[in-house]
Amino acid sequence: MPAPDPLRPANPGPEPARPARPARPVERFAARTAGMTASEIRALFAVASRPEVVSLAGGMPNLAALPLDSLAAEVADLVAREGQVALQYASAQGVPALREQICEVMALEGIRADPNDVVVTVGSQMALDLVTRIFCDPGDVVLAEGPSYVGALGSFAAYQAQVVHVAMDEHGLVPGLLREALRALAARGVTPTFLSTIPNFHNPAGVTLAVSRRREILDMCAEQGVGVVEDNPYGLLGFTGQTYPALRSMEPDVIYLGSFSKIFASGLRVGWALVPPAVRDRLVLAAESATLCPPTFTQLLVSRYLAAHDWRSQVKTFTEAYRERRDAMIAALEAYLPTGFTWNIPDGGFYVWVTVPEGVDTKAMLPRAVTARVAYASGTGFYADGFGSRQLRLSYCYPTPERITEGVRRLAGVLEAELDVVRTFGSGPRPQLRRGPQAPSPDTT
Amino acid sequence: MPDVARTDPARTEAVVAVLAGGLSHEREVSLRSGRRLAAALRDAGAAVREWDTDAALMERLRTDPPDAVVVALHGGEGENGSVQAVLELLGVPFVGTSSAACRRAWDKPTAKAELARAGLDTPDWIALPHATFRELGARAVLEAMVDRLGLPLMLKPDQGGSALGAQVVTDAADLPAAMVSCLAYADTVLAERFIRGTEVAVSVVDDGRGDDGGPRVLPPVEVVPKGGFYDYTARYTPGAATFHCPARLDDSALAALRETALAAHRLLGLRDVSRMDAVVDAEGRTQILEVNVSPGLTETSLLPIAAEAEGTKLGDLFAALVDRAIARP
Repeated sequence: MPAPDPLRPANPGPEPARPARPARPVERFAARTAGMTASEIRALFAVASRPEVVSLAGGMPNLAALPLDSLAAEVADLVAREGQVALQYASAQGVPALREQICEVMALEGIRADPNDVVVTVGSQMALDLVTRIFCDPGDVVLAEGPSYVGALGSFAAYQAQVVHVAMDEHGLVPGLLREALRALAARGVTPTFLSTIPNFHNPAGVTLAVSRRREILDMCAEQGVGVVEDNPYGLLGFTGQTYPALRSMEPDVIYLGSFSKIFASGLRVGWALVPPAVRDRLVLAAESATLCPPTFTQLLVSRYLAAHDWRSQVKTFTEAYRERRDAMIAALEAYLPTGFTWNIPDGGFYVWVTVPEGVDTKAMLPRAVTARVAYASGTGFYADGFGSRQLRLSYCYPTPERITEGVRRLAGVLEAELDVVRTFGSGPRPQLRRGPQAPSPDTT
Repeated sequence: MPDVARTDPARTEAVVAVLAGGLSHEREVSLRSGRRLAAALRDAGAAVREWDTDAALMERLRTDPPDAVVVALHGGEGENGSVQAVLELLGVPFVGTSSAACRRAWDKPTAKAELARAGLDTPDWIALPHATFRELGARAVLEAMVDRLGLPLMLKPDQGGSALGAQVVTDAADLPAAMVSCLAYADTVLAERFIRGTEVAVSVVDDGRGDDGGPRVLPPVEVVPKGGFYDYTARYTPGAATFHCPARLDDSALAALRETALAAHRLLGLRDVSRMDAVVDAEGRTQILEVNVSPGLTETSLLPIAAEAEGTKLGDLFAALVDRAIARP
């Protein structure tokens, strides 16, 4: 006889006399939304929006250096001169002039592209969503770096794709582990739909895929019939000004996602996908069904900005600010964190990825951090399979260097207190592994 | 003070400041409660301000003084009596429990001890700070805890609500990890015997419609979480729990629930509004889990469900409470 469920009421009481009512229509959600529930962790982030809290959690670009006066004039001029166009529907694929300019932006990372193959989207997040929509059926397997961008994992979950993570080291995705994962999946008759990767200044891991690994990874995927989705929002944000050859520059079948969120303004929500011609028409139809067309107004504003402003210098200004913040964060980590913690030193982008001693669960620790008025992103959010409890992501993009230093100082106190509790009880919480295909991962505690 | 004489018992003309947000772990829930309450009070005729508890609050209370404040804060300073003490200091009428009573009710072990002393049933418990486990050795203390309370047992932070940090532990091997999680919310853990039974919430309101003008009880709400445990997700995800109001219990159990909720409200010195969370056990006894001085008012919260079930609009209910707070000597 099965053991009684201890959580089940012993005396639920008599059933109501009236026939059971059907579930309320507004509560009959589709199965694919099962994970879209209220969560303790998200609730805690509400506190992080208060100024008393130093938030090292979010990934908001720092827009302080934008030339707002000249942008204001540009907006006014856009409405005055082109208002009838800017405020009207336009092509589902995006404004042609902007698509040409996007090709010039991509050329900085070695991509030669035809504007006809560019699809403008509402941020690259929408491109991720659309690409998943047109390629993934429920249950399909997607390969992704472990850890991965949380927004990509959200898209994969929304389309009920299963994620198999492939670990990274300090040089990015590890080809040997990718091969192992492909082999393990092939043995089960599974061909992943695509590999999703952020090769440059990874979110959240902060690492960059070694150029020497890029060809090898592309070849491996090609041999196995696995597509590649290259998500590259940070590629131009290297602190030395160095750029790396895009995967798309090496292999025309790569689906490349780009964004103006980090090199111009995230609130405009303009991103894009560069896709092979075979994919383009379907992607445009999917985009059309989602939004009819991306906002004409913001596309034209981006187009004017690229044409009339020294946007490359602006990117340099942004990266100088980010480098200063990165330096503040690394200095603070070195000054305040106790032994037993490790982190990487990113050469660009927004994030430092910290590994904490065994036994500490960064997700369970978050309430303690919020009490101490500091917030971070727990590593578990960046894995689809429950790993990541020994990692946390710190963002240095938005707070000032002084706030970063103070935030890390507070975090160090939180970590000390948590370690004290963990020592008392012998071990931290066990990760709750989710079901689904597994692959090697750097974090098996 | 403006003339707040009502033309209709369900309406108020008062200027009301709804305090919501704060810096507690329950900020998000409080913001939801505050938004819903503000809209409901506006529907009932009040002029509503929605204020966070931040550095601007004192100045706002001084330059834009409301006729009354409703504290829709959850957790932390909104329930431990701090905000109430400031309002008392400033002489601002407010809906809710006095600062002194908040302090007692807020600390779960203190409140449970008072309830038990008065002969009300509450699950057997032990509350211990982290330091005790560290100094005496966690293993021995945890073993003694399990010997006394049995398994499964309930772990929760000694302060706070919304089930944040609360866990049902069914296996002793999971206890250390559960303790670590729980202690991230508070320095003291309340371990409680797990009571099987029907989970209910009983709200008490002092809106002038009770017998002899005293507080009265709204219909008990039975909670059936779909995942088995009424945790944060079940509380704030529409559809994640089923509610039955009134609870599917026999008349004597319902009557006992009402009496117990009123007794707890009075015993702890609560005012205007409270909510007792309890389990009706296999013997039909009401086991009080906790009593809240600031019940949730969100779309999925239990007091609004109870009010709606008896045909009372949330705005009308709070309009009456506001007017009574203003008229309070």
